[in-house]
Amino acid sequence: MSDTIIIIPAYNEEDGIGQVIRDIRKANPDIEVLVINDGSVDRTAEAADAAGAIVLNHNFNMGYGVTIQTGYKFAYEKGYRYLVQIDGDGQHDPSFIGHLLEPVRNGDVDFAIGSRFLWFDSYRPSFSRRLGILFFRKLVTVIIGREITDPTSGYQAFNRDVMKFFSTDIFPYDYPDADMLITLNLAGFRIREIPVRMYANPTGKTMHSGAKPLYYMIKMTLSILVTLLRNRKLYRR
Amino acid sequence: MTIKQQIFSILISVIVFILTIDLVRKKRLREEYSLLWLATSSAMIILILRYDWLLALTKLIGAVLPTTTLFLGSILFLVLLSVQFSIKISKLSDQVKDLVQENALLRYEFERSTGTQAVVPCPQTQHSADIK
Repeated sequence: MSDTIIIIPAYNEEDGIGQVIRDIRKANPDIEVLVINDGSVDRTAEAADAAGAIVLNHNFNMGYGVTIQTGYKFAYEKGYRYLVQIDGDGQHDPSFIGHLLEPVRNGDVDFAIGSRFLWFDSYRPSFSRRLGILFFRKLVTVIIGREITDPTSGYQAFNRDVMKFFSTDIFPYDYPDADMLITLNLAGFRIREIPVRMYANPTGKTMHSGAKPLYYMIKMTLSILVTLLRNRKLYRR
Repeated sequence: MTIKQQIFSILISVIVFILTIDLVRKKRLREEYSLLWLATSSAMIILILRYDWLLALTKLIGAVLPTTTLFLGSILFLVLLSVQFSIKISKLSDQVKDLVQENALLRYEFERSTGTQAVVPCPQTQHSADIK
């Protein structure tokens, strides 16, 4: 058994998920792929299974954060040492998995996060999206005292210590991105950004649409403030 | 406070009190949620019967009319009730999350050990993520 697992949260991705899994397996043939089907109403689970992935099924649509945490719990229980998290919509280029894993495997860092802004030919998100990312970039950079260019990136790799930490109630499962980094930093994990290539979302679907971005920004800001106000004992590993 | 106002307020409070007790008796309302209802209706009844206490309380909070104090009390009660529900819903959401995750993991183990592939769950149309 490989010591590494790649987890893909998926909700209604039947069209693209098979190809994403095949691409990942082609670039990383010896790594196990896990798809967590978040209560899809289409045939995502069958498509993932046919492409050779392990599939876990949620009974209901629980949202992105809960879905990735299910993956962390699985990986931790099964004894994997390293975990890579990648989106199921083909936005993240799977040939960068090795780059993300390298510093984690070497023991240089506990948590590696892929940044589209550090790679020269990644796509540039829309203006409003960039504005949101810029806001959180500044906020996170000020709080953790180190430059983080892409705090909302879902392309990540980390070790077993982080898996264990994220399997507990401390994991901010409603919107786990910028405040997740702050939580990790408070807990003393070593974080590093790695340049990765990201493509524009081929399906055009996004969780940030309509009035949601504003709500997301307010909620995330609140979440970050509360994270900072929490008793530091909670972050002890 | 006119006698009409007093009778009306007492009537409402007594009805709420009896209804709450009845719901708890029939097991349709849990004791933990009934306490706030019972406390509020009891406080209303006491304040109406002991009018001098209501006047003192009105003076204490700086209100002009005693009825304002009663209304303020009702609003405060509703706010507390909402907070109580929000806390409970947050806890329930956490529990549902843990159950769904546990179920996904156990189901995988079950399917693997029995070599069966269970039917992919048919999710509800109501998405919890939409509510958030």
